Amino acid sequence: MAATPASKYMTEGEVGLSLALLTGAFLCALASARAVDAPFSVHMGVFALAAVAGIAAILKRYEGRSVEAPPQEIDGKPNYNIGPIKFTAVAAMAWGITGFLVGCIIAFQLWAPSLNLGLEYASFGRLRPLHTSAVIFAFGGNVLIGTSFYVVQRTCRARLAGELAPWFVVLGYNLFIVVAGTGYLMGVTQSKEYAEPEWYADLWLTVVWVAYLLVFLATLRKRTEPHIFVANWFYLAFIVTIAMLHIVNNLAMPVSFLGSKSYPMFAGVQDALIQWWYGHNAVGFFLTAGFLAIMYYFVPKRAERPIYSYRLSIIHFWALIFMYIWAGPHHLHYTALPDWAQTLGMTFSIMLWMPSWGGMINGLMTLSGAWDKLRTDPVLRFMVVSLAFYGMATFEGPMMSIKAVNSLSHYTDWTIGHVHSGALGWVAYISFGALYCLVPWLWNRREVYSLKLVEWHFWVSTLGIVLYITSMWVAGIMQGLMWRAYNALGFLEYSFVETVEAMQPYYLVRALGGVLFLIGGLIMAYNLVMTIAGKTAVESKPLPGGEVLPGTVGLAPAE
Amino acid sequence: MATAQPGLWKRHEIFEKNSIILLIGALLVVAIGGLVEITPLFYLKSTVEKVEGVRPYTPLELAGRNIYIREGCYLCHSQMVRPMRDEIERYGHFSLAAESMYDHPFQWGSKRTGPDLARVGGKYSDQWHREHLKDPRAVVPASIMPAYAFLDRPLDADAIADDLKANRALGVPYTDEMIALARTDLKAQLDPDGAGAADLQRRYPGATVRDFGGDKGKAAEIDALVVYLQVLGTMVDFKIYEDKKNLR
Amino acid sequence: MTYENASAFAQTSGLLYFVGIFLAVILYAFWPRNRARFDAAAHLPLIED
Repeated sequence: MAATPASKYMTEGEVGLSLALLTGAFLCALASARAVDAPFSVHMGVFALAAVAGIAAILKRYEGRSVEAPPQEIDGKPNYNIGPIKFTAVAAMAWGITGFLVGCIIAFQLWAPSLNLGLEYASFGRLRPLHTSAVIFAFGGNVLIGTSFYVVQRTCRARLAGELAPWFVVLGYNLFIVVAGTGYLMGVTQSKEYAEPEWYADLWLTVVWVAYLLVFLATLRKRTEPHIFVANWFYLAFIVTIAMLHIVNNLAMPVSFLGSKSYPMFAGVQDALIQWWYGHNAVGFFLTAGFLAIMYYFVPKRAERPIYSYRLSIIHFWALIFMYIWAGPHHLHYTALPDWAQTLGMTFSIMLWMPSWGGMINGLMTLSGAWDKLRTDPVLRFMVVSLAFYGMATFEGPMMSIKAVNSLSHYTDWTIGHVHSGALGWVAYISFGALYCLVPWLWNRREVYSLKLVEWHFWVSTLGIVLYITSMWVAGIMQGLMWRAYNALGFLEYSFVETVEAMQPYYLVRALGGVLFLIGGLIMAYNLVMTIAGKTAVESKPLPGGEVLPGTVGLAPAE
Repeated sequence: MATAQPGLWKRHEIFEKNSIILLIGALLVVAIGGLVEITPLFYLKSTVEKVEGVRPYTPLELAGRNIYIREGCYLCHSQMVRPMRDEIERYGHFSLAAESMYDHPFQWGSKRTGPDLARVGGKYSDQWHREHLKDPRAVVPASIMPAYAFLDRPLDADAIADDLKANRALGVPYTDEMIALARTDLKAQLDPDGAGAADLQRRYPGATVRDFGGDKGKAAEIDALVVYLQVLGTMVDFKIYEDKKNLR
Repeated sequence: MTYENASAFAQTSGLLYFVGIFLAVILYAFWPRNRARFDAAAHLPLIED
């Protein structure tokens, strides 16, 4: 493309992606028309519309952009690409609220089952995957993609690789979420927990994820800093491992290439182990490694001091990824999985306690000498409390992986309590902390709209978590004990339904805890929306470490 | 600060390769764990016991199983009895790996909001299951299970032969005959007086043929689901099964 | 492959593998020459531009 300097041409990327989207739109529209079942037809229609919208967006962007590609540097400073990150921040807020809300609905349904109104679309079995996917993949995933794009640019001091590619990753990922979520409502699921989406959604996610990996790697290669900061190690391990797990666990044979149904490649005991190898490492690499990356950047940043021990973070990294990958079989204790595999899983799960706590200590000790900031800065408090919950959950987890303990806890709500102490306390809190930092940085605001509202968010949601996990602990242990209780004559003491009845008050307390957590989320959304709108609340306290001038924190040159 | 100075360029080049080394290192580390744990399951003969009686699902059972999956039953019901006294007394013999050897995907579950269903087959009457699915609280007042009244709609299983084919491609031993006659077999299982009943039972030894409380000739989704529930855990005859032989 | 063969192999080679990897990571983290690089890396998040 030899262009005269003045005239504007489409880049190869713009033309290529438009053509690919055009082809995709055509094929999807065709598939939609010829689909053998309704959900597949709907989803192919969604894909076709999304592809057309993508072409429109590329053309509109082309119309508005300058002749030259955005410069890599402006005045010797990297010209950071923040548009896609802004999108993920807003998407994370919206998906978070959705996921918390659906969680509350199904929690109340367990207390009063008629709350599903007899609708198939609102029954527990269809909403539960919607809840888990919305909080893990939609909320958590957007936080991870957004923060990783931010952190990799900042710590590499280089503009994100590609111009359209980051947008493709962000929008493509959210399209996957929409297809997955609407699929659950229509009963499209392959029934593998946390890997429910069917084959065509899985294929799409694979494409998006490979693009994500390439953008991340290419940005690392562009870096002007000699060292790859440790947070990026965690992000990279998260991206690569999730790719591997996703592909292996979702190998399946579609019944028809024009229908939604498929049969997973593996059966029975092999399928079970592969599923929980995936399932546990979704926890280990999605919900742990990725969010530890957030910790390694945002905690030092907010506390304004370097990480306590960089050497410990290196040992933490390798030990964690080494051990997590083995721990999956603890989900299958006392099942038909061979004993050797169960023992192996238990051993590594217990050993995992050490690197987990190493990481927690590393994060917490970063504040040594600055503990007073916890009193004045609720954002930092979110992050520090998240580390405390991380420590608690990573102690409880190894304990529950001991076969004797697991024989009591497995199949009960204790597991649900454990998961939520990690999910609400650790994953959501570190995400909230990151969002409260990120939104003012991205929109060039001095601080969030109101730190007082952050305080409210913190206390309301903390109370919610306490209600949630204590009720589920009590209920779960009670449930396990009732199942195995014998009376004096040597008969089982309780019928199953008596154990269900006993759960009712605890299910209510749990649901109320969830509502408090949801209210906290709404407070955050309001606060962040006002921040983006540029409002300043009068009661805002001075910025922690007060000497920073307005506008210098995270000031990014405009695109 | 560190804008690349010309002198740094040479050194920089080496570091550029670091991201790939890091990538490969991390991938190797995580791949080994999975390989060592998972691959022996395919090669160690003791992983799946040798047991008499486990057969592929009949077309109607398979259709019912797909409804079980579609409605997310596995989210509240396990299908895996553990070898503990209380579980064996409550649910029956502990589950064997062989019993789910044709299950694509497995349905062991991870939570018992409701009871285990691994051996629910034959425990309740067809009529009980129908009433219970339609309105659980009419049968079990304290139940918190959703009502599945909407399952009385017609079963859409015209393409069930394709489902069998997909399963065969994954190693389930469906024969050409089974695939060719899948639709016939699907209808035959609800019609004990029909001509196809005996043929069905020849192809699928031990399969139950009865009306399962529904209208014969008009297969509804609930029929298929009840047929599936009634076969769960019934394929292996534990009166002649020896635990000792299969200790692992 | 019998269970006995597999477990004997896994137990011996597994021990060596893990000890080896652990030592390598420790050496890398504590190698004196790496100290300056790690210190510089630790300050990366704090640099403003």
